[in-house]
Amino acid sequence: MTQDHDAGTRDHQVDRTMLEARLAKTWRTDPGLWGALATVDHKIIGRRYIVTAFVFLALGGVLAMLMRLQLAGPEARIIGPDRYNQIFTMHGTTMMFLFAVPVMEAVAVYLVPLMIGTRNIAFPRLNAFSYWMFLFGGLLLWVAFALDMGPDVGWFAYVPLSGPQFSAGKRADIWAQMITFTEVAALAVAVEIVVTVFKQRAPGMSLDRVPLFVWAMLVTSFLVIIAMPAVMVASTMLILDRLVGTHFFNPAEGGDVLLWQHLFWFFGHPEVYIIFLPAVGMVSTMVATFARRPVFGYLALVMAMVATGILAFGLWVHHMFVTGLPRLGESFFTASSMAIAVPAGIQIFCWIATLWSGTPRFATPLLWVVAFIVTFVIGGLTGVMVASVPFDTQVHDTYFVVAHFHYVLIGGAVFPLLGAVTYWFPKFTGRMMSERLGTWSFWLIVVGFNLTFFPMHILGFQGMPRRIYTYQPDLPWHGLNLFVSLCAVMLVAGFVLFAVNVVRSLRCGVPAGDNPWDAPTLEWATSSPPPPYNFAHIPVVGGSNPLWESPEKLPVASGLCLDRRELIVSSVVEAQPEARESSPQNSVWPFFAAIATSVMLIGSIFTPWAVVWGAVPVFVTLVGWFWPKGTPEDAA
Amino acid sequence: MRDEIAADLSTLPLHGSGTASVTWWGTLAFILIEGTGFAVGIGAYFYLATVAPAWPMAAPPPDLLPGLIFTGLLLVSVVPNMMVARWAEARDLRKVRAGMVVMTLLGIAPLVARVFEFRAMNVWWDTNAYGSIVWMLLGLHTTHVLTDLADTVVLAALMFTRHGDDLRRYGDVQDNALYWNFVVVTWLPVYVCLYGVPRL
Ligand code: HEM
Repeated sequence: MTQDHDAGTRDHQVDRTMLEARLAKTWRTDPGLWGALATVDHKIIGRRYIVTAFVFLALGGVLAMLMRLQLAGPEARIIGPDRYNQIFTMHGTTMMFLFAVPVMEAVAVYLVPLMIGTRNIAFPRLNAFSYWMFLFGGLLLWVAFALDMGPDVGWFAYVPLSGPQFSAGKRADIWAQMITFTEVAALAVAVEIVVTVFKQRAPGMSLDRVPLFVWAMLVTSFLVIIAMPAVMVASTMLILDRLVGTHFFNPAEGGDVLLWQHLFWFFGHPEVYIIFLPAVGMVSTMVATFARRPVFGYLALVMAMVATGILAFGLWVHHMFVTGLPRLGESFFTASSMAIAVPAGIQIFCWIATLWSGTPRFATPLLWVVAFIVTFVIGGLTGVMVASVPFDTQVHDTYFVVAHFHYVLIGGAVFPLLGAVTYWFPKFTGRMMSERLGTWSFWLIVVGFNLTFFPMHILGFQGMPRRIYTYQPDLPWHGLNLFVSLCAVMLVAGFVLFAVNVVRSLRCGVPAGDNPWDAPTLEWATSSPPPPYNFAHIPVVGGSNPLWESPEKLPVASGLCLDRRELIVSSVVEAQPEARESSPQNSVWPFFAAIATSVMLIGSIFTPWAVVWGAVPVFVTLVGWFWPKGTPEDAA
Repeated sequence: MRDEIAADLSTLPLHGSGTASVTWWGTLAFILIEGTGFAVGIGAYFYLATVAPAWPMAAPPPDLLPGLIFTGLLLVSVVPNMMVARWAEARDLRKVRAGMVVMTLLGIAPLVARVFEFRAMNVWWDTNAYGSIVWMLLGLHTTHVLTDLADTVVLAALMFTRHGDDLRRYGDVQDNALYWNFVVVTWLPVYVCLYGVPRL
């Protein structure tokens, strides 16, 4: 028992300048490469995560444009069938596993600790590890693609196509192992968020005062925890079938190909909500700020998110209607597919009511919210359509489905995300984004998006299958396809303009100040961008909209040490302070551990023995990670 | 925005134990993840068993002895495991040290039985889908025994250093004990699947 640090300097014993200097020193990230590799600051890691995910969005977008180029006219010769298979697989995989899920978790890594008033995320080293795993998984996929080893079996890699018999070579293994990387990364963040939200909320922030984005991320994290193991088990089985001759999916030896589909969609459908719920949280946050009133129906919104999370697991079979299920099963899953429209409806009514009864200010973030609501309703409608078995049988595997899921994914997640980037950009960087460029990119993207994807519904009715690399001139599809491809250029122009806006605003945007939107949540109580320690004093919360309830002064707690990284642990329901806990120091070990894990995982694509010898460096790096170093943070 | 001191937290402890411990919650979250993994594995086992015309496929049911020894050792290990957790709570360094050594041995011993268990399945992983799922469940569980053993060894070593006599270490020991209980509990349904179901 070392009590000596208890005698160290406390925050109330020094003046404000001294306080900030001491905290900045304790919580700093060292300059240089080593410092960058070792940092555990959630803001730096969150920022990296966000930027990396957007780079993957751009890469996936380039692939999308290549596909649209090829499909613009019949019998095009730009991309051959094999390359086309790789491209749509890479596009889908990149968008789902390297962009959509990570970017939502990334925003949460940055924002959740600030919104609940703490100084770092729980398990900050795990957070660093998660980022490196995500990065290495993405690199694995894209380096393989560059070497003509990119997966070509679709983003859900159905067996038997992806099995040993029909996919020789390493392409399918790359896909399966990329799953392992990204799921490890996602699970790590999910654990961090659950524990951060449960245990590190500012004193007084009882569960009924938790910001809606934080609620959304809490529910999402539980979805990740329960859904992702299924796909890890599935992809492990696939690798085993391919590498050591197991027969999980081989009907000749008692295996079953539908097992793959069950396992995949048990994860894959909740995956849609893993992407969508954070977006819902962002929307609820922005609606309140720009309607300038507390959100209407806080409790209803929370319950709707929880209900969505639960129902998400009753839905997986609807991806498999055409595989022939028992009649009762089909009815059950149709019912639950339709039931999920109820919480979605409740949320939409709450947002509309908030805007209706408030005094809305239509800045760009709110424009995105409106576009989201409209687009999502359309995507939801086609969703309820495909939830009916007879209809699904008709449009299955056509461009109708491609249109449907882009409406849900882009309208339901990318629009709110772009709104969120615009909304929180001042907090991330200290500068505002340009409203003028923002409005331009908004209209280009929204109009371009609808013109690109709406006609795909019609192409689907006309019988155009998805995943074809070209089509014959006598089919009635080429007019619409050319139209779609041209409009995709407009859509991309909007994204490019958005990127230009980001880069320009970073350099010469209007300085933002702490709270440019006059928003009510705690992340706006600190400076923009926030200092390494987030808050000089941990806030004390007395309501759901702290900065509106007390606009002049922020109630805070005192008595924390300045010599060690210290934050407050509080009780789960009431957020009563329980301890002044320490938060781990920077460490380069998570980076080494991620390298060791990557070597093991990539090696195991080639030989099962890699798991054996690869485990040794993993063990060593983990010991390095957890072994106490005698810093003040170790004191108890 | 001006800060206004509204609460003084200087008397709070420097570290939270029990439900105030962040690592305890983290351990629970990982248990939830891995528990789901086991549930999915067992689900796959029953799925394959349902679609198969006969179960076990082209193999006699597993021999019982190694599995019984393994299960017996696991169940026995729960007693010292709980005691270590209690000693850790009481911060009794001497007993915790001894207990961790015992738990290390009780982590190694079942692994010996485990080696024979793989053979006792009477089927190879590449014989048929039955063999595949059986080996996978055993493998999944073995990985957990190995992981916890590695954790126990490192913690045991730590307890003999100057870092041992520390509230955080005692908390780690308790979390490690919790995880070992999880490893034991998840084995029971897997055991029933592997040894019971083929005999139905
Ligand atoms: C720049 C805008 C985008 C365009 C023009 C676009 C275009 C396309 C096209 C044409 C296909 C069908 C390929 C085929 O079946 O042959 C496709 C598939 C797909 N897209 Fe997009 N997409 C865009 C953005 C996104 C985004 C943002 C996401 C996810 C967040 C996404 C997810 C997917 C998925 C999962 C597939 C299925 C891949 C597969 O069949 O395996 N797309 N996209």
